[in-house]
Amino acid sequence: MTIRHHVSDALLTAYAAGSLPEAFSLVVATHLSLCDECRARAGALDAVGGSLMEETAPVALSEGSLASVMARLDRQIERPAPVRRADPRAPTPLADYVGGRLEDVRWRALGGGVRQAILPTGGEAIARLLWIPGGQAVPDHGHRGLELTLVLQGAFRDETDRFGAGDLEIADQELEHTPVAERGLDCICLAATDAPLRFNSFLPKLVQPFFRI
Amino acid sequence: MTDKSDGTDWVALMRAIRDHRDEAAFAKLFQHFAPKVKGFLMKSGSVASQAEECAQDVMATVWQKAHLFDPSRASVATWIFTIARNRRIDGLRKDRQPEPEDLVWGPDSEPDQADVYEMQQENDRLGRAIARLPEAQRALIERAFFGDLTHRELAAETGLPLGTIKSRIRLALDRLRQHMS
Repeated sequence: MTIRHHVSDALLTAYAAGSLPEAFSLVVATHLSLCDECRARAGALDAVGGSLMEETAPVALSEGSLASVMARLDRQIERPAPVRRADPRAPTPLADYVGGRLEDVRWRALGGGVRQAILPTGGEAIARLLWIPGGQAVPDHGHRGLELTLVLQGAFRDETDRFGAGDLEIADQELEHTPVAERGLDCICLAATDAPLRFNSFLPKLVQPFFRI
Repeated sequence: MTDKSDGTDWVALMRAIRDHRDEAAFAKLFQHFAPKVKGFLMKSGSVASQAEECAQDVMATVWQKAHLFDPSRASVATWIFTIARNRRIDGLRKDRQPEPEDLVWGPDSEPDQADVYEMQQENDRLGRAIARLPEAQRALIERAFFGDLTHRELAAETGLPLGTIKSRIRLALDRLRQHMS
């Protein structure tokens, strides 16, 4: 997997600080699972957080807190084997939301063979899986806020570039784009938006509230 | 490999917890880090009772997940920070923070000692660099990590030597991937 499009510094810092909405964190964590370069960048930012915490003035815990934590520790020496992905395309942070294989997710048709599944994240942003048949376009749309799109399988192109497996597109309200899946393998993406998308044609607008796009 | 002032070898204490369920080692870590986690959470806006409860959970997680700590990729303080960040109880938010997939050394393998040493040194250097920052810069970074900075502000240059620490972690990841395959 050759990843060409990465998490921006601003997003990665917000992730390290724990201030992103859950849906965006999910996309970032999934990208970090696929991209060691960004995982290392995130680790450097975590180190800043660690240093700040180390410098924070300590606040004493109440008396007996150590004893009460000790009382609930498990004495077994546990080294559980790492969790294997149920679906090789879904790293564990994403697998926590989808369960088994991507094919078995409760997909809903959006028209033109495009399907989506909203994932159960908290907070104001929405995370969804998108399934776009090879050669098919996602309706031309702009955004009111930020949209992150991470490719899990296949590839798409839009006005800006080509995005293959592991690539992350970061689109803001400036970008009006029409992502088109490459011919061949269907394109599956994990996307997060912090505001409803604006579609530029009449029909998608009508179905918008229903599908929560 | 040591914390800057008192010379405690936190990495060795983590190993003792992981391999021997060493309660004395845990008590030392708890006494040092739990009040810092609590202070950090309160600075991030948690009330004292929430911060206390969360700090206790964080320390219990340190015990439970000791096998996931990789000293070639993070200092103990950094690792505990990431646990605290993920468990932060924020009155207004019900979000979880999803984490990247765990990457672990097998039960009978360890990262290279030299890599561990370099990583801990690099963290000490970063700590000193942060301490030396001009007040305005330091305040900006603190605001980023204590949770009230917009994305535009976050794009500002920090001037910290993050490139070297990133390269170290990258190297450690490459070695770990080789070991895993």
